[in-house]
Amino acid sequence: MSLLRIEGLNLAIHDYPILHDVSLTVAPGQIVGVIGESGSGKSMTAMAVMQLLPEGAGATGRVMLDGQDVLRLSEADLCGMRGRVMGMVFQEPMTALNPIQTIGDQVAETILVHERVSRAEARERARDALTRVELPEDRFPLTRYPHELSGGQRQRVVIAMAIALRPKLLIADEPTTALDVTTQAQILKLLKRLVQEDGMGLLMISHDLAVVADMADHLVIMRHGRVVESGPSPDLFHRMQHPYSKALLAASTHQPDRAAEPRDTPLLEVRGVIRDYATARKGIWGKPGSFRAVDDVSFSIRRGESLGLVGESGCGKSTLTRAILGLEEVQAGSILLDGQPVFTGHKPNRAVRRRMQVVFQDPYGSFNPRHRVERLVTEPFHLLDRPPQGAARDAAIAEALDSVGLTADDRHKYIHEFSGGQRQRIAIARALIIKPDLIILDEAVSALDVSIRAQILDLLADLGDRLGLTYLFISHDLSVVRQVTDRVLVMQAGKIVEQGETAAIFDAPAHPYTKQLLSATPRLPDRIDA
Amino acid sequence: MRAGGLMRAALTNRSLVIGLALSLVFVGAALISFAWVPQDVTVLDIANKMKTPSAAHPLGTDHFGRDILSMIMVGARTSIAVAVVAVVIGMGLGVPLGLAAAARRGSLLDEVIMRGNDLVFAFPSLLIAIMITAVFGPSALNAIIAIGIFNIPVFARLTRGAALSLWTRDYVLAARVAGKGAVRISLEHILPNVTNLLIVQGTIQFSLGILAEAALSYVGLGAQPPIPSWGRMLADSQTMISFAPHMAIFPGMAILLTVLGLNLMGDGLRDLFDPRIRRDRR
Repeated sequence: MSLLRIEGLNLAIHDYPILHDVSLTVAPGQIVGVIGESGSGKSMTAMAVMQLLPEGAGATGRVMLDGQDVLRLSEADLCGMRGRVMGMVFQEPMTALNPIQTIGDQVAETILVHERVSRAEARERARDALTRVELPEDRFPLTRYPHELSGGQRQRVVIAMAIALRPKLLIADEPTTALDVTTQAQILKLLKRLVQEDGMGLLMISHDLAVVADMADHLVIMRHGRVVESGPSPDLFHRMQHPYSKALLAASTHQPDRAAEPRDTPLLEVRGVIRDYATARKGIWGKPGSFRAVDDVSFSIRRGESLGLVGESGCGKSTLTRAILGLEEVQAGSILLDGQPVFTGHKPNRAVRRRMQVVFQDPYGSFNPRHRVERLVTEPFHLLDRPPQGAARDAAIAEALDSVGLTADDRHKYIHEFSGGQRQRIAIARALIIKPDLIILDEAVSALDVSIRAQILDLLADLGDRLGLTYLFISHDLSVVRQVTDRVLVMQAGKIVEQGETAAIFDAPAHPYTKQLLSATPRLPDRIDA
Repeated sequence: MRAGGLMRAALTNRSLVIGLALSLVFVGAALISFAWVPQDVTVLDIANKMKTPSAAHPLGTDHFGRDILSMIMVGARTSIAVAVVAVVIGMGLGVPLGLAAAARRGSLLDEVIMRGNDLVFAFPSLLIAIMITAVFGPSALNAIIAIGIFNIPVFARLTRGAALSLWTRDYVLAARVAGKGAVRISLEHILPNVTNLLIVQGTIQFSLGILAEAALSYVGLGAQPPIPSWGRMLADSQTMISFAPHMAIFPGMAILLTVLGLNLMGDGLRDLFDPRIRRDRR
């Protein structure tokens, strides 16, 4: 008998249809993965099960959980079920915990809400729950606050809250998306273990095929609020029928064609760079401490090359990027572009700066919402001594927009009129407009859906070939780095621990940290092409 | 299309419409008073003193026989002028200070500006106003300066706080990559994105300015006779409140309704500018 059975679920918010005829089942002890791109309705399906829908939502159909239809339960009954029968784990462990409550109190609270037990007993059970998520009390006392824990440890606390009452169903909405790969692997392992131990059903929602493929017993692929295909994993990967599923799988492993061969002349040379940050002073009169974010880093990028820089959060990638862009001065070492220093006499060198540009991760935060596209993309003109005016300026805008696949008419629009993928194209247009030699891609495709990501990677490869661009591709996503770079640097705690040809490093990593990263990366099952 | 959506949202926002209407009544009264008032406020008519509301004097007369409606209309000029100029002083100095502090966050300049703010905040405002008027003599101008000085740290803090979060945005980073300096970024990227907040705070400070002017005039440190002022009308009525309550009620109502209107307008504007409340923006 199934634990959760969704039958013909339709959902509309203010008469705008969100879900159409969604059906899926979860059996006890089963992991069901729901995969889809943004706007596919995967999170709304989860919210419908929890009955935590936004205002104005109307659902029809049946959502049978443990023999009861949650769509027909009163709010009071639902409150009794949430946390007890069904638990939920959210994407962002930073915001899912209350920063001013200890972890012990937060886990105990879930228990106190649902069961008439003493405070002492609730704490005792909170201790058990935290031990089960591998936060033993001797190393992580219950009196710790969320800010004293790392991202992965916080996510464990969130999971402890969700499983404290041993719910029958656990819903995990992108539980590892905000985490580093090695942490992600640990959390996935933990979830799998908990499912096996408790025999609970797990409904896991993700945009990442590879993550779900590793985990799930059963896959559900959603698009535009509909289930397009579902079936047991990993068989489904070999027998995909629906064109969308096939396209999704193809996009996940998309390999852009790159024709240009890098030349042997170095474009960017980084030699012995050290960057220290001042940390909080100890006591009122104490000297500020210092933290070495980048520690003696040296590498070079050849003209026309695509170099990958991988590492987990906090490894110093972003600091290094800012140093290369000349936004911050380094304490030691030199950064040369074509032999010229990025910083001269404590001032950034404009002649060098105009030859490099950057594309950031967040397609929503990268643009001033109050400016039109033409003003946004022409911002780098500020670096030129004589920026083009009039017709020349119009031509430059049209050329930049055209080269990223947008039209010249888009120049009059505001940024909110564009989708995430289009915004990232505009970000690339902004980088291209002053015809730089080097473009730094700082997690430039990490926030995009896989199909959009494939398009942007193709665009970048095409532009690189046509314009002879050199890329520094910074990412935490090893599979993307593998697809698009010639050489790769692996960074850990401010140091480059390994560098070499991408294929060689991925096939035979030498450094233990690289091995650890690669083994933690979720992989799609090998495809058998029909 | 965007402007149309904004207009529609504005017209369906109840507190904004009511607040705007109330505020416009008093601004209108002040403007009309330049051209016409029911009765000249400098003419004393002792025979008709302390008359209750009648057809000739809709709001009655005061202890010198002046028409209270005319006094309130002319008094609105003083209140509005003092409050407007005080807000302009506060914004004109406070916003650049806040932008500068945010642009050089953590530096000595930031410390100096923010500790200076703390210093102004630490003084009781009425005390400073009394000091200023004690040195320069009581007048509407000195009331403006005193109130304006206290608006500066309000706007500086608000601007700095909002600007700090904007400085971490990627589009500011992109502008820095484009070689733009702190002044340019502050003007092009920071200021336009804090304008909403400033407008909302401006209406609130405007209403506080009206209250402050009334308070200063009440203790005799604001506008001087014969210029009518709501605060002084209240002070004058004080001893006669038991037998001529209308002398206190009407100027009191004028202050109350103007401040209420401005606060409602501020709330309404905040809702209007907050995309979380107004969902039709994206």
